[in-house]
This record gives sequence, C-alpha cells and structure tokens, in this order.
Amino acid sequence: MGNSYAIESQEMSTSIILQLILSGVTIGSIYAMVALGFNIIYNSTSIINFAQGEFVMLGGMFMVSLVGPLNLPMWVAFPIAVLAVTLIGMAFERLCIHPLKMPSVLSLIIITIAGSILLKGGAMFAWGKETFSLPHFSTEKPILLLEATILPQTVWILGIIGMVVLLLALFFRFTIVGKAMRACAANRPAASLVGINVKRIVLLSFALSAAIGAIAGIIITPISLMDYERGAILGLKGFGAAVLGGLGNPMGAVVAGFLIGIVESLCAGLISSHYKDAVGLVVLLMVLFIKPSGLFGSAQVSKLKKF
Amino acid sequence: MLGLVALPMVMRNPYYLGIMVFMGIYSLISIGLSLLMGYAGQISLGHAAFFAIGAYTSGILTTKAHLSPLPAFLAAIVLTACIAFLIGIPTLRLKGHYLAMATLGFGQIVYVALNASVDFTGGPSGFGEIPRIALGNFVVESQLSRYCLVWALVIIVLLFSLNLIHSRVGRALRSIHSSELAANAMGVNTSKYKIQVFVLSAIYASIAGSLYAHFVTFISPGSFDLEFSILLVTMVVVGGMANVWGALLGTVLLTLLPEFLRGFKDYDILIYGSTLLLIMIFMPEGLFGLVKKLRTVHGKT
Repeated sequence: MGNSYAIESQEMSTSIILQLILSGVTIGSIYAMVALGFNIIYNSTSIINFAQGEFVMLGGMFMVSLVGPLNLPMWVAFPIAVLAVTLIGMAFERLCIHPLKMPSVLSLIIITIAGSILLKGGAMFAWGKETFSLPHFSTEKPILLLEATILPQTVWILGIIGMVVLLLALFFRFTIVGKAMRACAANRPAASLVGINVKRIVLLSFALSAAIGAIAGIIITPISLMDYERGAILGLKGFGAAVLGGLGNPMGAVVAGFLIGIVESLCAGLISSHYKDAVGLVVLLMVLFIKPSGLFGSAQVSKLKKF
Repeated sequence: MLGLVALPMVMRNPYYLGIMVFMGIYSLISIGLSLLMGYAGQISLGHAAFFAIGAYTSGILTTKAHLSPLPAFLAAIVLTACIAFLIGIPTLRLKGHYLAMATLGFGQIVYVALNASVDFTGGPSGFGEIPRIALGNFVVESQLSRYCLVWALVIIVLLFSLNLIHSRVGRALRSIHSSELAANAMGVNTSKYKIQVFVLSAIYASIAGSLYAHFVTFISPGSFDLEFSILLVTMVVVGGMANVWGALLGTVLLTLLPEFLRGFKDYDILIYGSTLLLIMIFMPEGLFGLVKKLRTVHGKT
C-alpha cells in the first residue's frame, strides 16, 4: 500500500512541476513582451521608458471597454485597442520626450516616471478603481497536455507572442524602416549623417513599443484580470527581463522573460508564494554580479554607452 | 538656517509641525542620496530598503529585545552599514541602467522579505507599540520636540556632508562623476570611494528610519516600497542633483506638494504627475539650477 502511494505522489509531483512550468511560460511570455518594448525604445534612444507597464495596462483596459460596454466582437476590438494605445504612446513621445534638448539620462528617467503617473491617473479617471475581466478568446475548457492541463487562452498567448516576435524580426531585418531603426541603435550620429530622420525614428519606436505593450495587455487580461495599478509591477518585471537578457538584445529579452516567469512560478508552487516576487530578482542580481552586462549583453558595447 | 529655528515659534499648529518633521526625516535620506547621485554619479533605486532596515532594527530591538532606543539606534546604523557594504561591493561595479535595476531589485527583495517573515516583522500588517525616544525624563512626544530633534540631526548631517564635499573625498567623488576612467587613471581608487559614499548614504537613511520608527511608533512594509525609493530619487533630481541644497529644496517641494494637493481629492495624482513633468521639461537642472540662473541674471543687472 505504502509503496503504491509513493509512486503515485511521485507522478503527482512531476505533473505538478510540468503544470508550474506551463504557467511560468505563460506569465514569462508577458514579461518577454514588456521587455521587448523596453528594448525597442532603449535601442533608438538609450531611454528606459518607465511608462512601458502602463501601455500594457492601457491595452487591457481599452479592450475591456470595447468588448464590454461597446459590445464589439473580439477581432474588431483587438486592433482598435492596439491603435488607441499606439496613439497614446506617440502622444507621450511628442509631449514628454520631444520637447527636451540634450536631456540627462536621470531627468529622462524621472520624466518617464512622471508620464507613468499621468497615464495611471488618467486610467483611474477613465475606468475607476475596479478590477476588470475579459472573456477568453475561445473556450475556457482546459486542454490535456501530457500530465498537465493548459488553458486555450495560453495557447492564444503563446501563438500571438510567437507571431509578434517573428514579425518584429522580419521587420528589423527586411524593411527599410526597420533597418533605419537598427542603424539608430548602432550609432545615432552616423545614422543621422546618412540621412535617417532620427527624431522620426524615436517617435516610431515609442509607437511600436506601445503597440507591443497593448497586445500583451489584451491577451493577458482574460487570465490575470486588469486594474489601473497593474502596470507598475508588469513594467518592473519586464525591466528585469530586459536587463537580465542584456539591454538592447531583443532575443535575450525574450529568453530572460521566460526564465523569470518559470523561476517565479516554480518558487510559488514548490517553496512559498510569499517569495515569488523576490526569487526572480535574486536570480537577476546573481547574474548581474557574475556578468555585469546581462546574460547576452556585450561587455564592450555597455562600456561605450554612457548609461 | 535661522528661519528653521524661528519657524516653530511662529507656527504652533501641530499639523504643520508634523509635516515639517517628515520633511526633516526625508531630508536626511535625500542629502545622502544627493552625495551618491550628484557627487559620485551613482543611482540608487533601493534606498527605501536602508530606511526600512533602520526602522525595523530599531523597532524590533526596542519592542522584542527591550533595548532602550539609543543602543538600538546605534545597532541599526552598524547593521545598515554592514549590509550596504556587502551589497555595495558587487552592485557598484555595475553601471547605468544595470545599477538602477540592481538597486531596485535589492529594495524589492527587502520589501518582500519584510512582508514574508511574519514572525519577525509582523508581515504585511506590521507591528506597533514601539517606545518613544526619551532623553532622561524628557520624552520626545510632542511635535515640537520631534521637530527640534530631527532638524538638529539634519543640520549635523548637512554640515558633515558639506565638509566632506569640500575635502579630498569630495573632489575624488566629483572626479568619478565626470569620468570614472579618467579618475582611475589619475590614481583615484574609484571603487573604494563609491562604496564609502554608498555606505554613508545608507547610514543617513538608517538614521531617518530609526527616527521614523520611534516617532510613528508603528511600522509596516507599505512605507518602504519601491514608490518611496522612486520618490527619494525624484526629490534629488527635481531639486537639482548638482548640489546638496538642491536635494533639500526638492525634499521641501515634494513633501509640501501632496499636502497642498490634498484639497483636490482624486485629481492630486494628475496634478502631481504634470508638475513633475513640467519641472523636468523646463528646468532640466532642477529647481536649484533655476535659482542659480536667476542669481546670475540678477548679479549682472
């Protein structure tokens, strides 16, 4: 009797671990998306945009309004919500970043923090302080995968993120605008010399990362709900992933996002959910102490950057 | 300075004095942060953690170990200095955004630990009944006595810092700010100075934390979150990083602004955000930069 019980519990634990990894992959993919947004702006401006998390929150909130009160079908609401947040991202750049002449990195940090306070305050007025939910994109019936179950929404999340990453890679590699953005990332004065309008690239990078943030917010809301204060913690985790992967390295950001999500989820399930938010950071600090420019960051490049 | 001494004589309202007490506590931290950021050029988004370590050490030692406030206060300073030293060695090797993230991460880890170790810290709901500071038979309980104590400490810390700035150490720190590479080449031991000023700023924060614990007599993790760390950095940057006086100016403004905005109810967050934004857009050198500019203009006419 005792023996069969032991075998059973062992099977239980492997399925639990599989389950935990799956939920870590889900949340990690959102961190990866936020980290990608950080990277796009960082590459074209050297700014860490602390309002990145607010774009995620706004994406979820717009979707809630469009699907709920306005009763639009999901596939119509999705692009409208992304477009709305993209416009907000562009307005943010025009109002807060564009007017500055020769700003210092620290004042830029404070400016994006001030921007995030404004976006959060605006969201509080527009939607109030309640927590909102969204219907899942398709059925809520879990799918059985090996010994664990997976929500169809998770499949949606992973699929959409995979597509976003693929499209971004193609965009940066093959389009003329994408190439111009990469040129700005490599060397801004030189890019400006060969005729690239750097100011326009900065605007574009804010639009692009707002759009990516909005998509992340829309697809995560059915699972994790959304309220006006949610942006900060998502932004924090995304910043962590971007740094862990090495700033300026989009692929590193994606890998690091998944890593942090999985580590957090395993910690919450196996050790204690109290320490969930700390364990990802402990891993991050350990990595930075050993490798000061992140997992995939180049030490030479970070030496040349002022910040 | 004279105004500081004269202020409580005209202003007897305990509510306003209470605000001034908090302004003093925040000033202690922002002065240290201004040494670290403005002079040594290193950012810290985790100073709320040192404030917390000071407050919790004082609180726990006086309530659970029944120590009197002064030895607890010194123990808090020693503990904070040791932690800052140990954290500082690997952290201050990092640069720019990596340093920002690492200090931020440290602050969050301390915050999570305060919430999670329920037996020790009372967890999210905190703990109370921390004794007040007593000097002989005199208990520091009224707002006026708190005001005097905290601002006396601010003046001591300020004088010490100003003295430091104008010494060899201060010159070394400024050389690190301009160019760490060049400072190193000139024979300045940059990592030693960076760690020293980091530990010093942590000690200031710990002093502020101990005072906070004994004044408020109740502490919970909510007062030591990331938002508070960011507020501290904001105070320094808004006031003007290039100067300790700038940090004081920023602290005064950002302590008074929320009080002033209280009448606006929910709109306060919008006004607060836009004020911050406008200051940074139109005064990139901070308030103190503006003061300096006005003074030179005035001097010319």
